[in-house]
Amino acid sequence: MNEFYEILTGPGLWIAFIIFIGGLVLRLTYLFALSREKDRVFYNHVSLSWGLRSIGHWLLPLGSASLRKQPVFGLVFYVFHVCLLGVPIFLCAHNVLWDEAFGISLWSMPDKWADVLTVVFMGTVIFLFIRRLARPEVRILTSFWDYILLVLTLLPFLTGFLAYHQWGPYEIVLILHIFSAEILLIIIPFSKLGHVILFFFTRAFIGFEMGGRRKARAW
Amino acid sequence: MPENSNHMTDQPVNVEKIKQILDANNGARIRTWLNICARCGLCAESCFFYLAKDKDPKLSPAYKFKTTLGEMYKKKGNVDREFLEKCYEIVWGECTTCKRCSMYCPFGIDIATMISTARTVCWSQGIFPEGLARTLTNYRKTGNQMGTSEEDFVETCEWMAEEFEDEVKGITIPIDKPGVKYMYTVNPREPVYYPQDLGMAAQIFTVAGEDWTMPSSGWDCTNLPMFAGDRALAGKVVNNMYKKALELGVEKILITECGHAYRSAAFEGPYLAGYADGKPPVEIVHSVQLLYEYLRDGRISIDPDKRIEEPVTYQDPCNVSRNGGLWEEGRKIVEYLAKDFRDMSPNREHNHCCGGGGGFIPMGSEFKSRRMVSGKVKAEQIKATGAKIVITPCHNCFDQITDLNEEYELGVKVASLKELICEEMIIPDHLKPE
Repeated sequence: MNEFYEILTGPGLWIAFIIFIGGLVLRLTYLFALSREKDRVFYNHVSLSWGLRSIGHWLLPLGSASLRKQPVFGLVFYVFHVCLLGVPIFLCAHNVLWDEAFGISLWSMPDKWADVLTVVFMGTVIFLFIRRLARPEVRILTSFWDYILLVLTLLPFLTGFLAYHQWGPYEIVLILHIFSAEILLIIIPFSKLGHVILFFFTRAFIGFEMGGRRKARAW
Repeated sequence: MPENSNHMTDQPVNVEKIKQILDANNGARIRTWLNICARCGLCAESCFFYLAKDKDPKLSPAYKFKTTLGEMYKKKGNVDREFLEKCYEIVWGECTTCKRCSMYCPFGIDIATMISTARTVCWSQGIFPEGLARTLTNYRKTGNQMGTSEEDFVETCEWMAEEFEDEVKGITIPIDKPGVKYMYTVNPREPVYYPQDLGMAAQIFTVAGEDWTMPSSGWDCTNLPMFAGDRALAGKVVNNMYKKALELGVEKILITECGHAYRSAAFEGPYLAGYADGKPPVEIVHSVQLLYEYLRDGRISIDPDKRIEEPVTYQDPCNVSRNGGLWEEGRKIVEYLAKDFRDMSPNREHNHCCGGGGGFIPMGSEFKSRRMVSGKVKAEQIKATGAKIVITPCHNCFDQITDLNEEYELGVKVASLKELICEEMIIPDHLKPE
């Protein structure tokens, strides 16, 4: 057990972060080179203010007409993203690990908050899962892979939650926690989850295209 | 290059050609869009096809691009005719490329652009609507969609100038006058079916004291090859107009009350015609902009006694408002013209397409029943305003709403801005016929 733990927290972590960051950098570099050749339209109509507003409005809770049409989903969707990013980054236990490994740490939230936010997050995942099944216009688009990705997103939180409360076999749960999080990091650059970074570019583009060229607010 | 639509034949599919088109378009944007769509389904409710047909999930924009262009890329172009026939139903029958969904997608995925690319693939295999095919032949032969000869066009202009002498003294329709401010371009249905539109425009320009001309060629600002997927011809068509304007040395090209013509001339045309910077070589102005300026600057005055008393509403043409940025100007003109303006909801850049855009009207009777089904959303919007007159600066909206009026018994009158301005404007004394 200990060996697994050592591998996952040692080279495993390095590999996961290198693939995660390297993958995103490669993907962006590739798309950048391609865009210079085939997407002149992206560069021709650059407008900083429209680009930023197009991004900003979709980063705000219910900041777009589209999300306001489905306010419950809009808020769940927002909370989902906030927890997904916030909990792992500001978790005290993670900060301790980073301090040990890299000598840097961020502000950490009280464990009580993290615990509540984790439960909230798991609730939002269940909501999103059910929404996929329940709404015909979402179900028809959904592939098996979409469900898998949602489960993969849930796993690190579920296992982290169990490990924190020391429910179940602690060592196995902890290993599953680290392993599932590493898998998720590795998958991000190569799947639709690449939107973690590509979101900013596609939103900027539609901001240029609709706003910069036509004054139409794409939100 | 297909001369005519022949999608009933069983010719084998030219996979090489399809691959070429897919490769040429496989840039960073399309790759990213196809890959990151989160399948959230938010686009569905932005689409009037979806809303009009009891929220049929197959009409959600994401489903439409996924099952057409998405499949084409997935199969690397190895598709058969049967598949392309299915795409035909979707890319022409279920989308007007109105671009509304791109504003409702969290990632701003430009689905209309992808549907247009799928249209190009279908077109390359001779699969495209008959109604559009007929116009392409005309564009190729004569440079305009209705096959009007230069002689006929010039004669119609002269005839209209004569006809309208009774309205405004000294009215003329100058042809090919070099160095003027505006080269006025129109939709061929004006000279062919509604020649009085030319007369009304001349009447307004004369009263406003405009320095303008009509060109003897390149006067057709429409661009149906753009909707048929024939990008090469679309480029030629818009270039005819640009070149004529450069040749005459005019300052600006003025577009008639037509939506897609503005989209073509000002936004997509430069790319289609090979201007890499995406800018038209001559400034493009839409009639809505100029008519608004005339009223604002007092170059045209409205007779207060003639302002419309009945409730009116304004139909935002997708390609004038959302895709043209002129929704406020349109509304301000309406407020000059009418006392009781009632806006539709949603409106401005969030308006719904009337169902006649994207080539639908010229696609003809084959598509009429679908137009009437999908137009339900617009019909209900109009009904809810209680307006008796629907004003719209677009020929396709005009035709579609005229059809919807009958289908849904709306009891409205459809009017263009030109028409109302001519009815209501004050003719200055020195221009009054003796």
